[in-house]
Amino acid sequence: MPKSYRDGLPITPDKFVDQLMRLKRGSISRRDFLGLTGLGVATAVMARELGIMPAPAYAAENLGDRMSIATWPNYHDPQTFENFKAETGVAVEVNVFGSNEEMLAKLQAGGSGWSLFVPTNYTISTYKKLGIIEPLDMAKLPNFDGKSEDVRFTAEGTIDGTIYAVPKNWGTTGFAVNTKKLSKPMSSWKEFWDTAMTEADGRTMVHDYQLTTIGNALKYYGYSFNSLKQDELAKAEELLLKVKPHLFAVSSDYQPSMRSGDAWMTMCWTNDGAQLHRDIPEIAYVLGKEGGEIWTDFYAIPKDAPNKPAGYALLNYLMNPKVAVKEHLANGAPCTDARVNALLPKEVLDNPILYPAADLLKPLEFGAAATLTDPGRAELMARFKSA
Amino acid sequence: MSETGYKPDPDNATGGRKSAGSQPAFPMRRSIFRKNLMTALLLAPATLWLVVFLVLPFVAIAIFSVGERAPEGGYQAALTFAQYANLPARATAFWNTMVLAPVGALACLLVAYPVAYYLALRAPDRWRLILLALIVIPFWTSLLMRTYAWIYILGGRGIPALLAYVGIEDLRLINTPGAVLLGIVYGYLPLMILPIYVSLERLDRRLLEASADLGATPLSTFLGVTLRLSLPGVMTGFSLVMILLLGEYLIPTLLGGGKVFFIGNALVDLFLQSRNWPFGSAIAITLVLVSVVVLIIANRISTRLSGARRVDLI
Repeated sequence: MPKSYRDGLPITPDKFVDQLMRLKRGSISRRDFLGLTGLGVATAVMARELGIMPAPAYAAENLGDRMSIATWPNYHDPQTFENFKAETGVAVEVNVFGSNEEMLAKLQAGGSGWSLFVPTNYTISTYKKLGIIEPLDMAKLPNFDGKSEDVRFTAEGTIDGTIYAVPKNWGTTGFAVNTKKLSKPMSSWKEFWDTAMTEADGRTMVHDYQLTTIGNALKYYGYSFNSLKQDELAKAEELLLKVKPHLFAVSSDYQPSMRSGDAWMTMCWTNDGAQLHRDIPEIAYVLGKEGGEIWTDFYAIPKDAPNKPAGYALLNYLMNPKVAVKEHLANGAPCTDARVNALLPKEVLDNPILYPAADLLKPLEFGAAATLTDPGRAELMARFKSA
Repeated sequence: MSETGYKPDPDNATGGRKSAGSQPAFPMRRSIFRKNLMTALLLAPATLWLVVFLVLPFVAIAIFSVGERAPEGGYQAALTFAQYANLPARATAFWNTMVLAPVGALACLLVAYPVAYYLALRAPDRWRLILLALIVIPFWTSLLMRTYAWIYILGGRGIPALLAYVGIEDLRLINTPGAVLLGIVYGYLPLMILPIYVSLERLDRRLLEASADLGATPLSTFLGVTLRLSLPGVMTGFSLVMILLLGEYLIPTLLGGGKVFFIGNALVDLFLQSRNWPFGSAIAITLVLVSVVVLIIANRISTRLSGARRVDLI
């Protein structure tokens, strides 16, 4: 039977319109144009549903009728926000971001309008130092249970005994390979960079993100992912400049290119790796055996949040294991909460992309706060991009 | 606020003249006063707009540019020219921009001129309006959307997939300099076509007949008459596109895969990634100055050209 012309389309008309509306509303940040694969929520205010009475738990405080959250692409189950709205009457506007730096820049400039946002572990101490986030009032978060959290992932949310942020998901930064195009098995960052200059010439993507691109170039030589040492950074720069002409793109928006077959190999976060592998089995996710990044994303509330009651209400809602498990299944990134893991089907917990073997996890490093604000790494990235 | 910076120019006050004309009974002096007031009121919104959204931000950026980056990023007050001294750190980005802007504008011109020529001199009258509309209508969609669409057209499941049917495999079109140039020509074409069209449309066709009567070949008529007379339009389109290209950021990012770094990209990174606002401000100020210089040069050239036209016509 002849296939419909629609089957070959790179994007369905409906999805394109979705994308269009979302981009029209969103700011022009690089990952804002992400994810055709996405959940389609992005920068969309959820449509108003039937006026259901607020649940008793929220009745005490006036939550208003709308709030705004800043988060990552393909990171939430759209149904979560719909359900939250049905329960509380608060419509959630979702802003999608491409880097922690960008979130920080918006919050530093003031007036972001967010009542909840999703920073990564290594940025929290800087937010606290700058006085941008507020200590969480745990009385408003009865659904959070510190005892069920894995301390390895939650430590950076607590500063001097005060909780500033509670964890959402954790994950790793490895690389995705289209094994149909690149059949040679790979297991290290050294192979990633070498292949980028040979078999994957013109088909490799690296993040437009200094932390991971510089960090994984440092790994080529076995240096720390977070190194700020001049001589080590100089070596990483040398490698990056050598690889640059062979790259397909410097972009954190790699899912569309991997899906279309334009790119064969890319730096990749766990959740994207899981989504790509789920839809296109020949795309494998590899962790460099030298190490690399392990991360935890947290929820935090900005000091200037325009609707703190709703921010707390949504955060508490998201901390409910029954809600969090759906979020996890949608975005594919592992969860820090044992109560959530208990609800997960076995095949998810057995997925090596999500839960890598212990010996692969061991050498991974959490990003360090100093890399976020180090001007040296920022300038290196600028030289790499302009080369 | 608006009146302070306003110098009355009764001769140009069309609004004032109109109202004065409709009420001839007023004594002369009151009528002039009314005329001035009317002009001031008519200019007020534009002046207010410019002050609030152009002058004030510009002053803020100038102040930022002599400041320092705070340790965690952002701005911290200072009085230093260190940011300007650091400009060579973005020399490559400046250089890429200085190449892209004229080359992009030239490519745009080469595509736009034949179109404008056909529209103004060859197209049947009843088609002209429709054709013009067809050129302008895509402009109603945001540039972001139109550029994004090209990602799919040039991407692996777009044109390369079609070419694979005829045996050309693994061709890569997206994220190449050619894709960036294509995006630029496509994005800015109407800005180039319209001014050229206007100057060609006003062309006195008797001059073309005279040229032919005097024995000139079609080619030399085109070069000596048509092209020369349309040069002011060409210059307008050229400088319009070039100024916009000096700040271009979107097209190279989306169609060039972020591998080519222009000054617009440098600015975005400085404000949103490394949060070095003072350095970003210094670059912004420099870019504005460069744009002004380009405008002045373009203006000089087109004044000279239109001056030459007057001489020719006599």
